Amino acid sequence: MEFFLVQLLNGISYGLLLFMLSSGLTLVFSLMGVLNFAHASFYMLGAYFAFQVSSKIGFWPALVIAPLLVGVIGMGVERFGLRKVHRYGHVAELLFTFGLAYLIDEAVHLVWGRSAVDYRVPPDLDGPLFSIFTSQYPIYRGFMMLVSVAMLVSIWLALTRTRIGLVIQAALTHPQTVEALGHNVPRVFMLVFGGGAALAGLAGVIGGNAFVTEPGMAASVGPIIFVIVVVGGMGSLAGAFVASLLVGCLQTFAISLDWPIFGLKLSQVAPVLPYLLMVLLLIVRPKGLMGTREG
Amino acid sequence: MSAALQLRDVHKSFGSTKIINGVSLEVRAGERHAIIGPNGAGKSTLYNLISGRFPVSSGSILLNGENIGGLKPFEINRKGLSRSFQVTNIFHNLSVYENIRCAVLWAAGHRYSFWSRVGGLKEVRARAEETMEQIGLAKRRDVLAGVLTYAEQRALEIGITIAGGAGVILLDEPTAGMSRTETAHAVQLIRDVTMGKTLVMVEHDMGVIFDLADRISVLVYGEIIATGAPAEIRANKAVQEAYLGSLHKEH
Amino acid sequence: MKYSPINLGRWLLWGSTAVVFVVAPLVFTSSFALTLLTQMGSFIIFALSYNMLLGQGGMLSFGHAVYSGLGAYIAVHTLNLIGKGAIVFPVTLLPLVGGLAGVAFGVLFGYVTTRRAGTTFALISLGVGEMVFACVLMFPGFFGGEAGVSTNRVVGKPFFGISYGPALQVYYLVAVWCFISMVAMYALTQTPLGRMANAVRDNPERAEFVGYDTQKVRFLQLVLSSFFAGVAGALSCINFEIVSAENVSAIRSGGVLIATFIGGVPFFFGPILGAIVFIFFVAALSGFTKAWLLYLGLFFVLMVLYAPGGLASLVLMQLPVLRAGRWRALALPYAAAATAAALTIAGVIGVVEMVYRLSEQGASTILEVAGLSFDASTTPPWIAFVLILVAGLVALRFATRYFGRKWAEIKAA
Repeated sequence: MEFFLVQLLNGISYGLLLFMLSSGLTLVFSLMGVLNFAHASFYMLGAYFAFQVSSKIGFWPALVIAPLLVGVIGMGVERFGLRKVHRYGHVAELLFTFGLAYLIDEAVHLVWGRSAVDYRVPPDLDGPLFSIFTSQYPIYRGFMMLVSVAMLVSIWLALTRTRIGLVIQAALTHPQTVEALGHNVPRVFMLVFGGGAALAGLAGVIGGNAFVTEPGMAASVGPIIFVIVVVGGMGSLAGAFVASLLVGCLQTFAISLDWPIFGLKLSQVAPVLPYLLMVLLLIVRPKGLMGTREG
Repeated sequence: MSAALQLRDVHKSFGSTKIINGVSLEVRAGERHAIIGPNGAGKSTLYNLISGRFPVSSGSILLNGENIGGLKPFEINRKGLSRSFQVTNIFHNLSVYENIRCAVLWAAGHRYSFWSRVGGLKEVRARAEETMEQIGLAKRRDVLAGVLTYAEQRALEIGITIAGGAGVILLDEPTAGMSRTETAHAVQLIRDVTMGKTLVMVEHDMGVIFDLADRISVLVYGEIIATGAPAEIRANKAVQEAYLGSLHKEH
Repeated sequence: MKYSPINLGRWLLWGSTAVVFVVAPLVFTSSFALTLLTQMGSFIIFALSYNMLLGQGGMLSFGHAVYSGLGAYIAVHTLNLIGKGAIVFPVTLLPLVGGLAGVAFGVLFGYVTTRRAGTTFALISLGVGEMVFACVLMFPGFFGGEAGVSTNRVVGKPFFGISYGPALQVYYLVAVWCFISMVAMYALTQTPLGRMANAVRDNPERAEFVGYDTQKVRFLQLVLSSFFAGVAGALSCINFEIVSAENVSAIRSGGVLIATFIGGVPFFFGPILGAIVFIFFVAALSGFTKAWLLYLGLFFVLMVLYAPGGLASLVLMQLPVLRAGRWRALALPYAAAATAAALTIAGVIGVVEMVYRLSEQGASTILEVAGLSFDASTTPPWIAFVLILVAGLVALRFATRYFGRKWAEIKAA
């Protein structure tokens, strides 16, 4: 029972982190029709920037500065790169972001080296939050959940309650009309893309020290995020939410269990499970759990 | 005379918005049937329902007596129904000849063959060339479809629609955006290529309608308010109010 | 898209290609060159098979290495069985085994992946690729784990004196299969399926409305493409005598994507050019600098932004100018652009290499290039290279404008 509860909480906190990542991806995809292959790379940049800032100044400033830096980079990418390839179609956009992901990976290798960096949980957040039977649940995990939920709620509020949010929603389906009404749609796109990048960066800030901050982190979490987006249904935030929690709990439980499967332990088979889930879903329900928009 | 195309009490809603509200229609084999109506009446939706782009909410659609509800577009096409599009929907990166050839390949029985050279398929070539002659684009054979003039693209659109030899042809505003001369040519073209076939046509140009159609149905707010010969429709009071009234002022 | 060569007799073109294949190792005789040529040969098949998906079918796949890699695994086990004497099968025909294995997996995974198109297909292909990679590591019994499965290609009785021991014999094996595959893949573009694949790529909706099930077209195109990928995998297995998880990795999939794109997706011969350039780039650069992956990435991104038709499109753009005999008018603009580019590249390389020296733990901070040495821990080299970079970018801006003007002039004439 204790094991189940602890792992469930871990799975949920991991799932919320995954949702932070997949929601940013889905928002950008829904608005601009482009799937940002480099989204996980922005996550990685957030973690690395946070590492640098927190080792010089501190964790709390890093929580604000790192995502902002990543957001600025995102805006630059949209303004100078994505906008150029937009006219060549979706395949070209995807190829561009693929190349970008590659570049960011290599740049990180270049600057910070090939091994993991020691990005640690700050001491004030390091410790037990509460006890479940005999296990202690760390404060930091609770903090992660808090930040994830707070960020997502504020985004939802921003999109549905503010003027800029309404403009974004309108530009979703009728960009030309919105532009004709006098709104600067290219600037909106730049802000949205930058916002998505900043969101990924924030996920990196809080996830990078809970898990590991190493140059391979984009390549390991990236495919999982794409699986989540496909499983949830392209363009559906609700689907991404359900899929994120599903995958988060699936992975967390699988890694910690040793049930025998095909001569292997479940913990050894764990890396393959999210992909198996995707394949199964594609056979049974190709549109995804709550699919709305075709890629 | 048997019915080539039948719609029986067809309803279609998108979410809570009702677009088609109980349409029943019968198109006899070999006749030229026009569907007219004000903008937003649901004509394009009706076409999308018939050609399988969307499923019906309720009701049935029969092609040559067979229920085609729930079939995919390619299945419906294989059963002998072909449609054109209001917004030109051609293969921009292929030449005129290749565009037509694509429309012929399945009908000629070559399916997914990857063992025969397409250049050596004589009947395919003959049929494609014949169609190009009919639509008057034989001289533009190797031009990329994307660079044709608008009227040429519309002609190609019709060409692709009829090349496969389907028995029931659906044309969606074939003369949209054309000048007087171009329209006259298009009308002659349509008359020639649909000889002996069943034609259903959505059009706004009243001249074209009264020139070509054997019977007309009037669609207003998702319902057919009248069906009959052109003279009857012209005289129908309800139709005049709903639709022709405004156009009478134009003409 | 018409893939026929421009104004050249088809026989002449294919004939001269065959001649090039035969003659190449006699011209480039070093053993290093021979390994490069052999690698290029199998990579050409791989890249062409990839373009069957992307260039002809409009399907962007991030997991194509699955088919070549699994084909390689089946081939390596077959080769080991031949070696043990358990089966009798000519090594020369081993690529056929790889190809059939590729088809089997193409049918298996293709059924799942082609259910969706466009961006979703791309993501699914990535997921399937990761899944296969994870599975390969999970079952070391068949896949040999991290170390992989090794083999010996010199097995069975020599056939007319061909044992595939010497590298030259392996090269000619690869060359023959490469030539056959090139002809076959070109022929496929001229079949009904090939033409409809183009149609489905351009306008899937219209293709449906002329009677074609677009999913089936894409599925068949994928299955055919995975045959050739499997052939390439088997040839790689023969050449390197080892198959490991790397053969099905995302890196391999990314590599063939980059190579094909750099070569030119819209043209049949594009991937051929891309494969040659890619292998050369990788082999030549990786010896010189640790940052070669970064340079490759930069090159790729720049191509996506400024030359999405690849090197092939750049080459073909010159032909009308050449034919009109106006090339001399472009000589100066080309020289200007080239100088500006060289300056920019020098600046980029300088900065990147210096960052590398500084970040790498325990390495010396001295950068040695062209006989000069710069210490990255001091400021002057930084200032110098940044200035060179900025100067190069500015020069590039002017040079491209100048070039654009001249080009427009020539076109108008």
